[in-house]
This record gives sequence, C-alpha cells and structure tokens, in this order.
Amino acid sequence: MSIIKAEGIFKTYNETSVPVHALNGVDLEINNGEFMAIVGPSGCGKTTLLNITGGLDLPDKGKIFIDGTNLGGLSSKELIDFRLHNIGFVFQASNLIPVLTVKENIEFIMMLQNRPKAERDGKVEELLNAVGIIGKADYKPGQLSGGQQQRVAVARALATNPRYIIADEPTANLDSASTRELLDLMAEMNEKYGTTFVFATHDQRVMDRAKRIVTLEDGKITGDKTISK
Amino acid sequence: MKNTTISIAWRNIRRNKARSLVIMISVAIGVAGAVLADGFMEGMSEQRIRSAISNEISNIQIHNPQFLLNKETEFTIAGADGIVEKIKSLQEVKGISRRFITNGMASSAEAGAMVSILGISPDTESQVSSLSQHIVGGKYLAEAQRLPVFIGEKLSKKLNLNIDDKLILTFTNRDGEITSGAFNITGIYKTTNDNFDKTEVFVKNDELKRLAGYPSGTVNEIAILLKSNELTSSTVRKLDGLLAPQIKEGKLIVQSWKELAPVVKSMSDTMNFFSMLFLMVILIALAFAIINTMLMSIMERTREFGMLTALGMNKRKIFEMILSETLFLSIFGAAAGLILSALGIQYFSAAGFDLSSVAGGMNSIGYDSVIYPDVKFTFYATAMAMVIIIAVLSSLWPAAKAMRLRPAEAIRENE
Ligand SMILES: Nc1ncnc2c1ncn2[C@@H]1O[C@H](COP(=O)(O)OP(=O)(O)OP(=O)(O)O)[C@@H](O)[C@H]1O
Ligand SMILES: [Mg+2]
Repeated sequence: MSIIKAEGIFKTYNETSVPVHALNGVDLEINNGEFMAIVGPSGCGKTTLLNITGGLDLPDKGKIFIDGTNLGGLSSKELIDFRLHNIGFVFQASNLIPVLTVKENIEFIMMLQNRPKAERDGKVEELLNAVGIIGKADYKPGQLSGGQQQRVAVARALATNPRYIIADEPTANLDSASTRELLDLMAEMNEKYGTTFVFATHDQRVMDRAKRIVTLEDGKITGDKTISK
Repeated sequence: MKNTTISIAWRNIRRNKARSLVIMISVAIGVAGAVLADGFMEGMSEQRIRSAISNEISNIQIHNPQFLLNKETEFTIAGADGIVEKIKSLQEVKGISRRFITNGMASSAEAGAMVSILGISPDTESQVSSLSQHIVGGKYLAEAQRLPVFIGEKLSKKLNLNIDDKLILTFTNRDGEITSGAFNITGIYKTTNDNFDKTEVFVKNDELKRLAGYPSGTVNEIAILLKSNELTSSTVRKLDGLLAPQIKEGKLIVQSWKELAPVVKSMSDTMNFFSMLFLMVILIALAFAIINTMLMSIMERTREFGMLTALGMNKRKIFEMILSETLFLSIFGAAAGLILSALGIQYFSAAGFDLSSVAGGMNSIGYDSVIYPDVKFTFYATAMAMVIIIAVLSSLWPAAKAMRLRPAEAIRENE
C-alpha cells in the first residue's frame, strides 16, 4: 500500500536572477514501511523533493498525496496540523530546541499534540531507552555529541507516532561509529514500528543500508532500484 | 514543563542574558523616570491644592452671587446665622468661618498697596484656615488687643513695616465715604503663594464692620473646611439641597475650591495630563527598543522557528511564544522600575526635595519650593497596564515576521 504518491511534480525557484528548475516532473510512489534513500549529485533537487513530500513546501505543478490526503488541498493551518500528526522530521543538524532538555525536546512535540502527561512520560521513557540515551535525559542538546543529538532527533520524530519520517542528510555531520549507530537505530524502528523512512543523502553508508534507492539528476528521477538483501 | 510555549519563552529570555538585561534596564529606567516625573508634578500640585485649601480658600465657600462679580461689600449673605446652623448639621464639616470683606488700600509712610481686607473672628477662622500656623513674626490676631492686623510677609516688606508698626487701611464705608483706620501689626504670615501674602490682610470682624458702618451680623463669605477634601463634591451637593430655596432665588451660591480657584484646579489637571503624556512618550520610545530586541532575537532564531513550524507548531503557538517573551522582558523591567521609583518616591516624600537653589521663583506662582513627591496607586497601575499594552503591540511586528517564515526556506538558512 502506498503512503506517499507524488504525481508530475515541478518546482522552480524564482528568487535568483536566473530561475532554478529544481524539480522537472517527478513521479514517485513510496510504500508503507519502506526504508529508502534519495541520492544524486549536489543540487539535483533531493532536499526540494523531500520537503515537498514532507509537506514543508508545495510544488508549482503536480500533486502530492500522503495517505490519500492531497496536501495541495489543505490550508496552511491544516498543513501544519497534518505535519504534526503524520510526519516526523530529522534534519542535518541543530534539530533540537537548545533551551529544552533532551527529555523536554521529546515531550514538547507531544504537548503540541495535546497528549496527556502520563502518556507523554511513558513515551519519553520508552524512546529514550530505544535510542540509548536514557542517562542524558536532563542534558541540554549542547551537552551532547552530534551523534547523540541525532538520536534524540530520531526519538522526537518517533514521539508523535508518525507513519512516515523524512530525514535530510541525517548523517552528514557524524563519524562512522555514530553513523552506524544511528542507522541501526532507524532500521530497528523501521522494523519495530513499521515507520516509513525516507532519506536524502550523499552518504554511501546510508545507501548501503537502504532497501530502495531513488536517483535524482537535474530534477528528474533517473534510477529506482529495490535492493533485496 | 506545564505550558510549552510559555516555558520555552521564559528560557529564551535567559538565553541571551546581556540582551535581555539591557532591554529590561531600559524599560525599568523609562518607567522609573515617568513615575518620578509624575511624583514631582503630582506632589507639587497636591501641595498647591492643600495649601490653597488650608490657607486660602478652604473646601467650600458660600456667597451672594453678586459679591463674586466685584467683591463689593454691600452684597451680603442674608440670614447667615440660619445658614450656618444648617451647615453645622452636616457631619462632614470640620469648621465654619464667617467673613466680612472689603477692598481697600494698605499703606505705610513709605508705600501703599491694594489689598483685600478680611474681617474675621479669630476663633472660628482658625477652625477653617491654618494660616495661624504659618506665622513668621508676632502672633495671630488676639481678641484682647485693639485694632490688630495680621498681614503677609510680602506685604510687610513692600510697605517696609514690622511687628508693632502701624498699618493704615483705607476703604469706602457703607455710605460711600472714604474711611481709614490705623491698625497694629501683631502678626506676619508667610505661605507658599506670594500673591496671597501680598494682598490678603486680616482684621477683627467687629472692628472692621464698625469702621465700615455695617451691622454686626453682616457676612460676605462663609468658608467651610471639611474633614477630608474627598468629601467636597458630595458636600456641595448636600448644601445645594439644604439651601435650595435661597439658591433658586439667586441669593446664594455654593462653590467648591475647584470653582473658586480654577487655576489651581486646571494646573493640577494639566500636570496630570503631562505626566500621562510623558509616560506615553517614554513607552512609545521603549516600544521601538523592544521591537528591535525582539526582531534581532527572531532573526537569530530563523532556523529554529522554521523547524518549529516544520514539526507542527502552529502560528498561534508561535505568536504566544513571542508575546510571552515580550511580556516577560517588559513586565520584569517595568516591575523593577516601579519598585525602584516607589522607593525613591517614599524617600523624597518624607525628606522633601528642595528646589529653591535651582528654581527660586516657585513661590511667586504659588508653589512650594520644597517638593514632597506623591504618586497615586492608580498611576503605578496605569503605568503597568500601559507597559503591558505596549508589550502586546510591540510583539505584533516580530511575531508577524516569525509567523511568516516558510519552513523549507528557514531551515536552509545557516545550515
Ligand atoms: N530557496 C531557494 N532559492 C533559490 N534556489 C534554490 C533554493 N533552494 C534550492 N535552490 C536550488 O535548487 C536546486 C536544488 O536544490 P536542493 O537543495 O533541492 O538540492 P540537493 O539535491 O538537496 O543538494 P545538496 O545535495 O547539496 O543538498 C539547487 O540548484 C539549489 O541551488
Ligand atoms: Mg540537500
């Protein structure tokens, strides 16, 4: 069953003197429970595509459906709410609110969802355990290593019980040990909760773990292969 | 963590301590400045009102309306005794004095001056006027003495007269003839109002009436001192009721000090207006400082706001967060300013603030040169309320900026 369906996506940035055609007709279907990577040279449109599939940006042309909902048909308020309840985000760096502790960073997003205190506490506990940073619950993000911060970001992305997590270069600033740990974690969560993960990455280590690799060049999909391991 | 947005806002305040402190100190200084200014203006006008009431006018006066036009002695209050009895029945009343008044000339061998001559009875007069407590030489009018006169220091200097000297008072009597009497200066007073001290001379009721040829029951003015100035308006209303028949016939008029000394009243209103205006101007200037601080703080956190929006924090919550930050900065700053200025006001309201070295002429316009500042609770409350309003308004622009951020672009920033 497909969770994401992108149909004929075009996106042009007009802010510069020469318009940049970042996406030129992308069709993409992502199935529930996938663990996939979007790869391609720098500037090929990976981030743009990821943002559009995550409801952070809207295409100039084409349609994007998540779980059957046409994102283009939502008001900006509805879109924000939709993201809160359906999509998890892990960015390249500085994912966390610096003034909140690790525990609060995870709890806060559930507060936005108005979930009761007992439920939040249980979930924080569970996720801190799952991502292996239980002893650092009261640390501020600045007191954690880059790898630990990314693991907290994954925990936060999972906290809302999303069907779908997008991660833009989540390993870009990590050493190989941290990268491996983070990938192990995400793969485990993918298995355990059935959460769909979509990465944009240059990182060979990520590609090695992905179960499907979509290649993007000049805003067009030029390759799509499923890896059976 | 109880309320997310407020809790994050509170921590954001402490994130850039120096910047938060600078803006809070600015708010504190601005608000303190406005309170001190109000305190001095309020103190000045309160003192002026108090002195006008206690030395010059008392709270309420009753006249024959025609007397007010030219202060001509012939326009008297009919049935004064009965009226005084009625006034006495009011429990708000502290003292009543009957005055017989004529205009004339006060002269010494060297000079002369136009004056108002007030015939009073020392016992009842001292119930309504505290002039007897402002004596700089001699003593108050004594019953026993013959033809005593009590004059202001300014007049005594002008006429170059001193205690025990003779003062000649010249005026027209009831038959229109010029009359004069040689009075003995037994006391000299000094108020904060030079003009009053120059023109008002006090003599004994019966002696003045005899010289002027009026019967002993003649009264031009009934002055009433109340237990508190707050009772003035309500008492005027009561008296208007009690004396309604005479008032309707146009024989009497009851007036409060506000009507009798409109300048005192309007100066006080003007000062209140200016201290509000001053507060407003300061707060508007502060609003721009607050806006600037908040805009800077939001610009630095562009990526963070982008991320919060991406994660699903809606615009209302973003607005709440920025509004809370603005309110924290302003309210803490204002509270510090109000506390500091309240302490300052408390100190000077006891010690007084002597302006005589910088502003010598205060007395010539009726104001005391030592100011005892006074700030009403309502001013503090108004200042705080206005700070809150200004903070809310100042948060609009920065909040709009943060709410307009598009997450995809904001996140790209300084990545
Ligand atoms: N806000 C923008 N304004 C103008 N041009 C933009 C903007 N965002 C992206 N672009 C351009 O669009 C193209 C695609 O950008 P995008 O960030 O999607 O590429 P990417 O594949 O993620 O690159 P990288 O691997 O370097 O992250 C690039 O040429 C980029 O310069
Ligand atoms: Mg990118």
